[in-house]
Amino acid sequence: MEIKVLKDILGANEQMAERNRQLLDSNQVFAVNLMSSPGAGKTSLILETINRLKGKTRVGVIEGDVSSSLDAELIAKQGVPVVQINTGGGCHLDANMTYSALSNVPLQDIELLLIENVGNLICPAEFALGEHRKVLISSVPEGDDKPFKYPLMFHQADAVLINKIDLLPYLKFDTQAFSQAIKGINREVEIFQISCATSQGIEQWVSWLLTQMSMKQS
Amino acid sequence: MHELAITQNMLDLVLEQAKKAEARKVGRINLVIGEMTGVVDGCVQFYFGFLSEGTIAEKAALSFTVVPTTARCRGCDKLFKLKEFDWTCPYCQGNNMEIVAGQELFVESIEVE
Repeated sequence: MEIKVLKDILGANEQMAERNRQLLDSNQVFAVNLMSSPGAGKTSLILETINRLKGKTRVGVIEGDVSSSLDAELIAKQGVPVVQINTGGGCHLDANMTYSALSNVPLQDIELLLIENVGNLICPAEFALGEHRKVLISSVPEGDDKPFKYPLMFHQADAVLINKIDLLPYLKFDTQAFSQAIKGINREVEIFQISCATSQGIEQWVSWLLTQMSMKQS
Repeated sequence: MHELAITQNMLDLVLEQAKKAEARKVGRINLVIGEMTGVVDGCVQFYFGFLSEGTIAEKAALSFTVVPTTARCRGCDKLFKLKEFDWTCPYCQGNNMEIVAGQELFVESIEVE
């Protein structure tokens, strides 16, 4: 006997992500899922963002890593609440792990939650966490062919940050072709050129982030 | 490596549906996978062997329908398969498009006894 199912394989994750979103909304917390390959600058961007938002917005962080709490320790030094998730070999965060972490985040004391996903351009694209925006960091040394290799990630992103642009004089990276390829399949995407080393472009990124937060509230 | 989590989710969904139908055995699982998801069918097959052991879906045959990444050109409105390293419309060379297929990841049906 054949049974028609027609159900999304990740439907259970989607439902749990929706529950996370409701929890965040009821606490008026805006959540951003930060994704990139390893070493593209997620932690550096979080540190820069925290720094820029001091006195403006109360930030909390969830750190996703396969193992260790190195990144969480760096962030804790900034005096912001941080919760570490170790996936123990898992290559992405999912909604269930995020839900467990959320119970340790002081949601009533923050307005912005930055979730650092596991460094990976494939798996995190499939798993919603309950975030309000997906932000992708792609750094200059990785090369400008990444959109073609990981189309799903670039297609879903609300913003793409080209990081390490201070290295542009030394590397072959066509920012125009890169941006055009992404815009081709993702018309609404915002693209920022930044450097966490020189702080170039960070102001524009933070200002976009604050605008997104205020749009959500209104 | 997301195939491990995806296969586990798929198996949970299949077992839930089979239980609802009061099935004794799942003989076949028909899956639809969009090319853009990057899910490798061989990998799903491999993990399924381990994960399904001892369940009523053990030894079920998996069949995969792969959906190519398809775009609609916003310039000339034609549909085309997105090429790997060239994201332009083959009809009008436009580079503004909407992805209309290729992100699927679902269980279409199961065959049970």
